[in-house]
Amino acid sequence: MIALLLILIPLLSGVVTFFLKKENSAKSWALFTSIVTLSVSLLGLTVLNKTEMLQFKCDWLPGLGSSFSIRLDGMGQLLCLLTAISFPLIFITTWHRSYKNAHNFFALMLLSQAGLMGVFLAMDALLFYFFWELALIPVYFLASIWGAERRIAATFKFFIYTFVGSLLMLVGLIYLQSLTPDRSFDIKAFYSIVLDGKTQNWIFWLMFVAFAIKIPVFPFHSWQPDTYEQSPTAVTMVLSGIMVKMGLFAVIRWLLPVLPSASFAYGEKMISMWAIVGMIYASLLAWRQDDMKRLIAYSSIAHLGLMVVAIFSESEIGMQGVMIQMFNHGINILGLWVIVEILERKYGTRKLSELGGLAQKAPAMAILFVVVALANIALPLTNAFVGEFMMFTGIFTSPISEYEMITVPAAGLTIIIGAIYTLRMVQKVIYGNTNALTATGTDIGLNEKLVLGIIVILILVVGVYPQPILDLTKDTTNFIINKANILPLLKK
Amino acid sequence: MQVNYYIYLSVALFCIGIVGVLTRRNAIIIFMCIELMLNAVNLLLVAFSKMHHFKNAAIDASAGSDGQLFVFFIMVVAAAEVSVGLAIIVMMYRNIHSVDINFLNRLKH
Amino acid sequence: MKNALELSYLVPLFPLIGFLIIGLGRKYLSKPLTGIIGCGVILASFLVSIWIFFDVKEGNSGVVDYFNFISAGSLKVPFSFQIDALSSLFLLIITGVGFLIHVYSVSYMHHESKEHFARYFSYLNLFVFSMLLLVMGGNFVILFIGWEGVGLCSYLLIGYWFKNTEYNYAARKAFVMNRIGDLAFLIAIFMIIAKVGSVNFADVFSAEALQKLSPSVTIITLLLFVGATGKSAQIPLYTWLPDAMAGPTPVSALIHAATMVTAGIYMIARSNLLYSLSDVTSNIVAYIGLATALLAATIALKQNDIKRVLAYSTVSQLGYMFLALGVGAYTAAVFHVMTHAFFKALLFLGSGSVIHAMSGEQDIRNMGGLSKKLKITFFTFTVGCIAIAGIPPFSGFFSKDAILLSAFEKNPILYGIALFTALLTAFYMFRLLFVTFTGKFRGTHEQEHHVHESPSLMTVPLIILAILSIIGGFVGIPEVFAAGGDKITEFLSPVIAKSAGHEVSHSTEYMLMGLSTGLVILTIVFAWFRFKNYQPKEEKGFGKVLENKWYVDELYDKVIANPLNKFAGFLNNFFERFIIDGIVNGVGRAVNYGSRQIRLLQSGQVGSYVLLMVLSILLLLVYQFFIKK
Repeated sequence: MIALLLILIPLLSGVVTFFLKKENSAKSWALFTSIVTLSVSLLGLTVLNKTEMLQFKCDWLPGLGSSFSIRLDGMGQLLCLLTAISFPLIFITTWHRSYKNAHNFFALMLLSQAGLMGVFLAMDALLFYFFWELALIPVYFLASIWGAERRIAATFKFFIYTFVGSLLMLVGLIYLQSLTPDRSFDIKAFYSIVLDGKTQNWIFWLMFVAFAIKIPVFPFHSWQPDTYEQSPTAVTMVLSGIMVKMGLFAVIRWLLPVLPSASFAYGEKMISMWAIVGMIYASLLAWRQDDMKRLIAYSSIAHLGLMVVAIFSESEIGMQGVMIQMFNHGINILGLWVIVEILERKYGTRKLSELGGLAQKAPAMAILFVVVALANIALPLTNAFVGEFMMFTGIFTSPISEYEMITVPAAGLTIIIGAIYTLRMVQKVIYGNTNALTATGTDIGLNEKLVLGIIVILILVVGVYPQPILDLTKDTTNFIINKANILPLLKK
Repeated sequence: MQVNYYIYLSVALFCIGIVGVLTRRNAIIIFMCIELMLNAVNLLLVAFSKMHHFKNAAIDASAGSDGQLFVFFIMVVAAAEVSVGLAIIVMMYRNIHSVDINFLNRLKH
Repeated sequence: MKNALELSYLVPLFPLIGFLIIGLGRKYLSKPLTGIIGCGVILASFLVSIWIFFDVKEGNSGVVDYFNFISAGSLKVPFSFQIDALSSLFLLIITGVGFLIHVYSVSYMHHESKEHFARYFSYLNLFVFSMLLLVMGGNFVILFIGWEGVGLCSYLLIGYWFKNTEYNYAARKAFVMNRIGDLAFLIAIFMIIAKVGSVNFADVFSAEALQKLSPSVTIITLLLFVGATGKSAQIPLYTWLPDAMAGPTPVSALIHAATMVTAGIYMIARSNLLYSLSDVTSNIVAYIGLATALLAATIALKQNDIKRVLAYSTVSQLGYMFLALGVGAYTAAVFHVMTHAFFKALLFLGSGSVIHAMSGEQDIRNMGGLSKKLKITFFTFTVGCIAIAGIPPFSGFFSKDAILLSAFEKNPILYGIALFTALLTAFYMFRLLFVTFTGKFRGTHEQEHHVHESPSLMTVPLIILAILSIIGGFVGIPEVFAAGGDKITEFLSPVIAKSAGHEVSHSTEYMLMGLSTGLVILTIVFAWFRFKNYQPKEEKGFGKVLENKWYVDELYDKVIANPLNKFAGFLNNFFERFIIDGIVNGVGRAVNYGSRQIRLLQSGQVGSYVLLMVLSILLLLVYQFFIKK
């Protein structure tokens, strides 16, 4: 029931929003329903946390062996919670921005929320693919209609790129379905397939390319900075806060357990290396950006690279770290985007070279900004430290890694470069003297304080006491790790 | 009589048809060549059907009769095709005063 | 009465509460109230620390677990505090010296506006909180939390006057340099987890775990040491500390002299069991420490900024402490941390008082003759100089002597260089003293008119620290003077095993002491004659190299920072744009081009279509009958 509601509420309210012609009513309606979704998600975590409430199944396309099967497990709970928290925060942050044809904008936002929820909930491969595209298509329209100047080119690149990936994934999924004993798309059927190494290998690449583009893993990343830069910030928030998690999530749920030996063969040896190269590369690039959106985009690529490495280390601690970090990264980057949104609206620019001295004019924003920035560089007692520490520990102590004395220090370089570019951003925005543009600056309003305040509280609470989240994802992690771990087989 | 000779004849007819289609530019002649190819196929069908019947008549009295049936179908379709095709050619002649197919390259644009 | 250990959470809790109250209420609290809260919480912590200290002295020590910080799979990281001799001693130093510096700050920062005043105190409280976490942490992770926390506060406080771009760069440099060390520290922690499966001190330092660690102990200890060089400003990561003087002077006293920079010493002393397993690392620690001590001392000879002299002196003294750690004299290092905290805080606060009197002037070439007007400052500053120079019976003598003696036992060459460094120390400190306080006033008339002694809120901490600098050494009187006088070694013995006793004979020991004291006094006399009537002049030749700090900053910029930055620029402007994006767009363009070529096939000529069709059928036939087997 809870699971179904999480998809239905945003879906139906999104459809309703198309017909609310007044801008304010569309806004309020969107905010209201997103809060309802959040409360449903919270209910699912607390009072109604019972198995029968968290799953739903009915026939969908029986001819194809596909059913409408959704279920909330620990990882799903966490990511649905992230999705549910993000949307109200996004709506509040962008409350004062007015959009042309606002009803369409908010309707599409809600539809993409429904798609995202579906991705995290789906327990059927075809359904998963369906929601995967449902999340993508509204975002394409959002970015290409309401984006900045070069939006058409950027979103076209984004769409083609991710769509090519999804089609490859679809081919892989269909092929997998044909290999299941009862020709079913059900996740259990997928998990029960036993394949020889060769078949696994090429299906692995079909599916991994789709996920790698979404995450994105170097060198498939070039759509990201452009798209982030050109999309309206609200959409960027959705894209970077939640959508990129889809790729990681899919690797964990649909790749590792289904194709364990291919993941083992390529993951730790090849993809991890690439991901580390990408981390350093993206960090260096972030150092040189002047546009805050691009800077944050590259920083995000670096952070997600670490998660990819940790996933393929196939260790319990590392996987737990990835789960908690998916949540944390969503929260933190949302905070950064909120700052960007505020700056852009107030001063009309996102360029570091044109800002400065805002600590004098907007002390409250400066403080909150600094906390979010510190979370971005994983300072202890912020949430990201917990995730990164666990991921690094996982990579280092992983039973399958052989080069940990090279990979961990190399990946660790991004901790240093991360400090450089994040503090550079902080310094250029809030420190120094004011200039003509910022001299008339004012502090942030109540709704922005509220949003950033919630984010900062989440950052600190999770940073100090992460155990509840770790407990939440423990079962999923154990299951995935056991499924993916082929070491015992190798030993035989 | 061996089936081989029928096959040779039919291949010869078919090749004449193809060469005609490829080399001639007059629509009517191309049309006739197409008919020639169809008939080559018909001939082959009849020949095989007869051979089939001859071999399996002991087991199945109606063996090979479907080949003959196909030929009728093809002849009917060919007749229909001729009527439509000739109509098109006549219309074409009325419009451009020529039945040269090289004038008919509007699909390119 | 409850056991003090159970209440140990109060020690960091008070500063945290102070931080929250002051930080959140910065708009509403008046300046005196902020000052009272800010100092009060530290005083409260200090009182609890005293209680804990005596409890530990009674023999109560142990680990207090609060909650599971991270528990996943086989890894369990509890949020726990370890209260023992070492941490309780550091608690006293941090909260005690910290309290005095807080009190001093109330007066020093009084010209700041209300909100900035509150910001300053909230940062300071946060710093004390982090530092307490660092020394109380019961495992490497909690220690690391404090470790990065103090780095953050240092960053915030160096950049306290954030309008000044140069200060901001200094702050960023400090943070990044520290991060380099932190990375090594983190890797060491991962290695420990990989080997032992736990980060708790109690588990890691158990005999069984040490057995498991021993194959890779050299690399682990080296990585920990790299972490320590970042925080404690040793070669090669020391260059941030002199730049850190951009912060307000009390901050320099608290963070960049008395407490934070000694975190590296604390960490190594805490893991002394690991270090004593690896001779290689111990030697490296000793040599790096000594090299830093010497290098920094030479630079300090020619600096003209009063705070920079003290900064390099701090680097040099920290090098001394590492020397002690390297030669296995862990107690001596901790002892020197303590005495150094007293006299270096005193010197920094004294310099703050001078700067205050000179309305912000920091260049000693523009000072001189201040002793007449700043009597208390002059007197206490002199005490600090004598203490750091190591003249008995001031505190510096005892701790420095303990280090020198251990160095002598290890290797007389180490001793020789260390002694030379001590002489340099005496020379530059007294140069500073004489140039600042004696001779004629060299500043402007306005400044001369303005010079005044600081208010009592500033002078009282100076006097207390001066007294501590005089008597602080008496807790570690060498055995040759009085049997049982070395109380600090006795006190620390549960954490740091007592060495078997000195091998050198008493007469040698007396001789070494006499030698060092005599030479130091000679150096001071030399300095007096050289600088009593100081006139500034342009430096030439080698002096210029020293004045420019051996050009190390420039070297780092040239060799590391600039190339890296250029490389990043290359990646951004060329690689990303033309290679990565080029490939992506190239795929698109290739498809476009291909379709344009294929489009030519669609000629509209029915004949060509048929020809193609026939040819393909022929191909298929050929394939079917001749190729496919």
